[in-house]
Amino acid sequence: MDFAFMWDAFLTLLSGVPLTLNLAFMAVGLGAVLAMLLALMRMSGLKVLDWPAQAYVFVFRGTPLLVQIFLIYYGLGQFRPTLQEWGLWVFFREPYWCAVLALTLNTAAYASEIMRGGLQSVPHNQVEAARACGMSGFLLYRRVVFPIAVRQALPAYGSEIILMVKATSLASVITMMEVTGLAAKLISQTFRAIEVFVVAGLIYLIMNFIITRIIMAIEWWLSPHLRRPPAVEPRLEAAHV
Amino acid sequence: MSNGVAPLSSQLASSEAAQAVSVQNLRKSFGSLEVLKGVSLSAKEGDVISILGASGSGKSTMLRCINMLEVPDSGEIRIGGETIGLRKGRKGMEPADQRQVDRIRSRVAMVFQSFNLWSHMTILENVIEAPVHVQKRPKAECIAEAEELLAKVGIVDKRNQYPSHLSGGQQQRAAIARALAMHPKVMLFDEPTSALDPELVGEVLRVMRSLAEEGRTMLVVTHEMGFARDVSNRVVFLHKGVVEEEGAPAEVFEAPKSERFKQFISSHR
Repeated sequence: MDFAFMWDAFLTLLSGVPLTLNLAFMAVGLGAVLAMLLALMRMSGLKVLDWPAQAYVFVFRGTPLLVQIFLIYYGLGQFRPTLQEWGLWVFFREPYWCAVLALTLNTAAYASEIMRGGLQSVPHNQVEAARACGMSGFLLYRRVVFPIAVRQALPAYGSEIILMVKATSLASVITMMEVTGLAAKLISQTFRAIEVFVVAGLIYLIMNFIITRIIMAIEWWLSPHLRRPPAVEPRLEAAHV
Repeated sequence: MSNGVAPLSSQLASSEAAQAVSVQNLRKSFGSLEVLKGVSLSAKEGDVISILGASGSGKSTMLRCINMLEVPDSGEIRIGGETIGLRKGRKGMEPADQRQVDRIRSRVAMVFQSFNLWSHMTILENVIEAPVHVQKRPKAECIAEAEELLAKVGIVDKRNQYPSHLSGGQQQRAAIARALAMHPKVMLFDEPTSALDPELVGEVLRVMRSLAEEGRTMLVVTHEMGFARDVSNRVVFLHKGVVEEEGAPAEVFEAPKSERFKQFISSHR
């Protein structure tokens, strides 16, 4: 192993980190919005909403992300005249937007199931207590349902974020020069696959280590009720009734 | 069963003004099971009514109809003289106006069998939640009042802890403080001591007794015969969805008219 070369490779690949994180966070952010919509459609109890959402999740979870990327990037090229007519070609001709779209659609399918699980695990009796206090509609969701659902869903959602960071490597096949794209390019110039891929793997590991830590910190911050209580405060005068 | 209805209707005629709650001819089925078969009940301001009955007699369902947690199939519910509007919906009856229901619910507090405190909020946050976000009162005022209420039920030192850190009796007292924080006109208690260990029942009953002594209007579904006899001023016994016996505790416990109520009392002694 040539450590001097590996250090050079590390510095080269590091310049791909911003694009990797950009793709991952764009997809996770946009995907979360779509996922929430899908989760609410599935829980609406209306067949016209539930059924399309189920079909969506089935298709996007059931097919490989790489195939989805190819379909969007190469497949939609066949419809260029139509897309130009609709003014969408500026969007679909960019590999960046194709990658973001494919990653978003894919993560939304998984995330919607995570969110549905979180929403369904909200204890019915706590929702009922909120209703009995006069809460309904958005207020009920904002104050009671979402806060509890988020706490339930966060561990699984953290895994999904990490999966997305890794999934961005597939964008390299449609010419995106993120970490894996740069690695492939470097290998084609140097033919030193092991060093370059070990370094690339290490970079993903570092990114995901930091993301995992951040998610753990958020979890810790959101769940004081699951930890041991603080030492009992000095007892104030409690009026006896 | 007819013996309960006659005194009720005469009461209705004489004291319409001070009615806090009036339930007329309530019917409710779950599937093919008819749980309430025309129940009527009324509470004046300051009444403490104990609702007794075996499990499956419909007592909890009736209580839950009063704040529309269950929507009755037919009948009329009036809270403070205001009739709750009902209409036919896609799946049976539904409230005609959700805003009316929300408004009424914010004045009819409920205490549940299993406390139902919000697990992600501290005790203090539980108590101020509805006053701040439903009734839109100033937060500082709500906090000051919440601390008074928590002191009153004896758990002010727990205000920054979470429900999971408290015993069942403390959680139920917190739930009572949460109910009181809304300045309710009527308080509904749905078997408030049934989920508690026997040694914790007393602390909750003491709080409830003090509320009764303050003159609060309370409807209490309970199995605590001592509370029904000593604290409430009226007892209603439900059996298979109808009011089987009703009257002042001294009368009904000393001289029950209904055979089933006699059996019920002797089995709960």
